[in-house]
Amino acid sequence: MLYIVDRRKNPKGKSLGNRQRFMRRAKAQIKKAVEDTIRTRGITDINSGDSITIPGKTLHEPSFHHARRGGDRNYVLPGNKKFVPGDRIARPQGGDGGAGGSQASPDGDGEDEFQFTLSRDEFLDIFFEDLELPDLLKKSLKQTTAFRTARAGFSSDGTPANLSLVRTMRNSLARRIGLRRPKTAEIRDLEEKIAALQAKAEKRPSGKLTKPDEDTLHMLLADIEEAKRRMKAIPFIDPIDTRYNQFQQIPDPNTQAVMFCLMDVSGSMSEQMKELAKRFFMLLHLFLHRRYDHVDVVFIRHTSRAAEVDEETFFYSRETGGTIVSTALEEMKRVMKDRYPTDQWNIYAAQASDGDNYSNDGAKCTALLAEDLLPKCQYYAYIEITDEREAEIFSSAEGETALWKAYAPVARANARFALKRVTKAADIFPVFRELFAKNRAEKLSGVKG
Amino acid sequence: MSKKTEPATAPELLFSGADWDFNTLKATYDAIEDIAINELKLDVYPNQVEVITSEQMLDAYSSIGMPLMYHHWSFGKRFVRDDVMYRKGYQGLAYEIVINSNPCISYVMEENTIVMQALVIAHAAFGHNHFFKSNYLFKQWTDAEGILDYLQFAKRYIAKCEDRFGFDAVERVLDAAHALMEQGVNRYSHPEKPNLAAELERERERAKYEDETYNDLWRTLPQAEKDDEDLDEMRRKMRVEERRAQFGLPEENLLYFLEKNAPTLQAWEREILRIVRNIGQYFYPQKQTKMMNEGCACYVHYAIMNSLYDKGLISEGAMMEFIDYHSRVVFQAEYDDPRYSGFNPYALGFAMMQDIHRICVDPTEEDRKWFPDIAGNNEPVETLKEAWAHYRDESFILQFLSPKLMRDMRMFLIDDLSSSPHLEVAAIHDDNGYRKVRRALARMHDISVREPDMQVVDVDLRGNRQLYIQHTEHDGVRLEKSEAEMTLGYIGQLWGYGVTLQAVDNETGEILHEMDFSPDDLMQGI
Repeated sequence: MLYIVDRRKNPKGKSLGNRQRFMRRAKAQIKKAVEDTIRTRGITDINSGDSITIPGKTLHEPSFHHARRGGDRNYVLPGNKKFVPGDRIARPQGGDGGAGGSQASPDGDGEDEFQFTLSRDEFLDIFFEDLELPDLLKKSLKQTTAFRTARAGFSSDGTPANLSLVRTMRNSLARRIGLRRPKTAEIRDLEEKIAALQAKAEKRPSGKLTKPDEDTLHMLLADIEEAKRRMKAIPFIDPIDTRYNQFQQIPDPNTQAVMFCLMDVSGSMSEQMKELAKRFFMLLHLFLHRRYDHVDVVFIRHTSRAAEVDEETFFYSRETGGTIVSTALEEMKRVMKDRYPTDQWNIYAAQASDGDNYSNDGAKCTALLAEDLLPKCQYYAYIEITDEREAEIFSSAEGETALWKAYAPVARANARFALKRVTKAADIFPVFRELFAKNRAEKLSGVKG
Repeated sequence: MSKKTEPATAPELLFSGADWDFNTLKATYDAIEDIAINELKLDVYPNQVEVITSEQMLDAYSSIGMPLMYHHWSFGKRFVRDDVMYRKGYQGLAYEIVINSNPCISYVMEENTIVMQALVIAHAAFGHNHFFKSNYLFKQWTDAEGILDYLQFAKRYIAKCEDRFGFDAVERVLDAAHALMEQGVNRYSHPEKPNLAAELERERERAKYEDETYNDLWRTLPQAEKDDEDLDEMRRKMRVEERRAQFGLPEENLLYFLEKNAPTLQAWEREILRIVRNIGQYFYPQKQTKMMNEGCACYVHYAIMNSLYDKGLISEGAMMEFIDYHSRVVFQAEYDDPRYSGFNPYALGFAMMQDIHRICVDPTEEDRKWFPDIAGNNEPVETLKEAWAHYRDESFILQFLSPKLMRDMRMFLIDDLSSSPHLEVAAIHDDNGYRKVRRALARMHDISVREPDMQVVDVDLRGNRQLYIQHTEHDGVRLEKSEAEMTLGYIGQLWGYGVTLQAVDNETGEILHEMDFSPDDLMQGI
């Protein structure tokens, strides 16, 4: 007796429940692996690299079994080529390669590490978990002021420009049929018949029609008079036929953001420092990209004067000169005013510097920030990149740089402004997290420098 | 097979090419069934062949081959790993999975060629099926009728527990139970033939009994007042004996003991232990007969495919394809081959079955001396069926491994003594060595030697409820320490009080070393 069952159409993913339980179980490890990945690999890999390795320890399923070595044991092997009883063989060292030991362990697959693949979404979700953009709720999608126009059906009144011809004509046609408005063709038909009869009369010697024709002509004349009267009384298009396209203003969620990258490119910034700044910018970009449909990036570099440049120039071209930070802020203000009105754009700014500034410039920067930039920005982050060797010095209060001194009061006064120090690549991610952590407001109060 | 029967008129081929549809599958099955039932006279459960996709095969893989299974993260882990391995091409998928149930369910993959499907049907639907139905271990230990219903019950029950008590609570119990799965079988005293339908009824009754007999008064009873201290040695000993008798100690089935006696477990936790134990018990015969089972299936598929070919039902091309698959399945790497990873149960099993066939049909003098009762009896299939019914791997090797096969596979025996800096070749495939090699190979297939000998020996009922577990060390082979510690932690978690693991020498009975788990560790989390 045989039953053949075709199970191919059965619902797939029977293991989904198991996979979810597995992910739950390994959550801590997976998160750690993801963070390690971010710390050690280049930022650009984040979007592609999605295979992770987690330590098998907590995923290990222990059981009682014999140790692989020790004690007296024996085992049978196949494929003897040269051995005779009594031959001695050196004990193979380490691992189970080749001869000997492997058979001795009936069980025990060493699960030191466990590699598997996360989908890109799973990966990024874990990466961004419990990160939240600041003020996102405040300027939540509902409260945006931008609107777009969308069709919203038809109405019986409106401006002639919005007249919907098709709808209007459809109504008019229905009304004309309903009220039996004669068509032009019908009238023409009647006229032709009358003309034909009249022509007939002229051809006759008597000049008169026969009696039946006479009657017909009278009927026709009466008909045509009635038809013309109706035609006049029933308009082709009546005001009640007209329909107008209706439009509505729908609030348009503001899903675009612009990110200003400001960087000091004067000689005091080394390549490594720039590299660090770059990582920070890229991480910010990735993050914004996830939250907004569209993210613009504006690169502004400055020495003693500032200019908007492309990415390549921003990171890789060298410039010499002094350092006046306010020029960059001025430039940012200008670009914002020209191209990024606040009702359409969410504005984020990130500034990286080694902290040098022209000594008299501090007050100007503070003023620009507090009065012009911060009110329009969602968030402004300043990271100060210091040499690893100098980090020690700056950990004390006296070691504050010129820019830090100027910015610190602003940060205390304004929750939209945050500042942090970074010395090496591994610092980037923690700093980033701290800057954007959900409870940033509380954290910031603790930031002094 | 070697018999050449020229059919009077060439019958039509069952199939040509690689593609198949349900009609060819059915026709092929019928032809195979004809040979299996009428020529080999196999005794099988009704067959149910299920066609599945590779994804579904992966699903089935991860839940230990069963069509339904409760959810647990370890299955997810296996799925994730197999998925990666399969996608990267490190590992292929099995051509089939067969389930010891009635009807016997075989899963075949849709992408198999028709030759492969024929091979799979012959192998699983008749070879394994016959073995499941006739082998004494399966008869005694498993309930082919009830397994699917029982798994259904287990799945629902555990899902219900997850709803009621939360994922974490259920996961903790399952983790612990899985760690002890191998110690959750009765090795020596086999229970009555299991009836899984009765299990459901029993679970209901247990819950009902607990509800009915609950009496808060028990809680108020005074504790046992007297300490053991003032008892003399004699009475103390008697007490120990009494206590051990009361708990039925020593008990080899740790899960059973915990299910029945762990003081702090809830009813549902006990039920989960029971579920894991029942499933472990269900798989126990498969572990003990792996080599024979595969040998039987390989022998059957080889006989059937040859018979199909001899009858002219399959083409030479199909036969070539079959031989290619077959020889890959029964390939045995030699010990110094990088591919070597122990004896291939398919290879050894198939070689032994073929060898027995040869001994029955065409014995040498040596065979007559070694196997006087079967040599030359000319009933190879009957002889094999007897063996399949009444042996397991260990006893089968001990009984039937012939000197010729040992020579053919060039088996040799290595002594690995802790006292010696070298390995030593103890015996090879010669007159002096045959019996030694055979005995050693049989021991390697003895699950009670492979798996550690663990028993619950005592409970300190009057003191701190310390549980004593004994590992009897044979030949100085210890437990893997870190593993044992973790597993001990799981026992402690289920028991709820301290646990001591003692390693005892099997000859002297002296305690070699101890490992403790204290309930304080439990507080800090394992």
